[in-house]
Amino acid sequence: MTTDLVLFWVPALVALIATLMVITRKNASRALIYLVVSLLAVAVIFFVLGAPFAAALEVVVYAGAIVVLFLFVVMMLNLGRSSVLRETRWLQPGMWAFPFILVFVLAIVMFNVFAGSGDETKGQEVGPKAVGAELFGPYLLAVELAGFLLLAALVGAYHLGRRYLEERREEAG
Amino acid sequence: MAISVPVEHVLYVAALLFLMGLAGVLARRNVMFLLMSLEVMMNAAGLAFIAAGAKWGQPDGQIMFMLILALAAAEVAVALGLVLQLSRRYGTLDVDSASELSG
Repeated sequence: MTTDLVLFWVPALVALIATLMVITRKNASRALIYLVVSLLAVAVIFFVLGAPFAAALEVVVYAGAIVVLFLFVVMMLNLGRSSVLRETRWLQPGMWAFPFILVFVLAIVMFNVFAGSGDETKGQEVGPKAVGAELFGPYLLAVELAGFLLLAALVGAYHLGRRYLEERREEAG
Repeated sequence: MAISVPVEHVLYVAALLFLMGLAGVLARRNVMFLLMSLEVMMNAAGLAFIAAGAKWGQPDGQIMFMLILALAAAEVAVALGLVLQLSRRYGTLDVDSASELSG
């Protein structure tokens, strides 16, 4: 029991600290590296909770694909030393006060709600086979809808990423 | 291998991660950091689903996590295209610069 709690809380603390670093950094690429640490720590939590397939997907898709996409955009935007200075100007310490109050109130409510559920996780591993059988059985429609969503995102990203929007605006103006 | 911990501990961690992402969305002005905070929030929601799946030992939680994953990938692809457009048009990453809504 104690070992279980240690196995859960060590990656959980790593995730929490890394996430705190993500939202407070001024340099975008450093924040992204902390985001990778946070996502890997959450993947460890998934693994110890008995969801190895979700853990693998977390590493491959979140840390592998989504964060790399962020890094590509950071490279394209060519953020330099001036962006860190601008970030320092934008991020006054006083700006955290109001969000912190809101989040604190929400935290009190959420913790009170969750405190009631005293049950434990089953401690039984749900492997990829069970997930796949369920995914392509009762959840088949959801898979197809996710496919539609990804296709729409592909078209939208292609459209937004093209340069012609900018050129047409120059012609008009 | 799987451990047995109280579900509320996992939910506490998920709530803290979600609230940190929320604070990031509320406080930051740089679009890149807004998107990173959104990723953190979606990841926290996924953690709550996995916790629920682990509580009952059913694969449904992992399936909902995969759907969130597809949603996050789609959202990031479109949002980063918008970031590129914002930076090309206004030369800045400040979300407040695109507040005119004038087409």
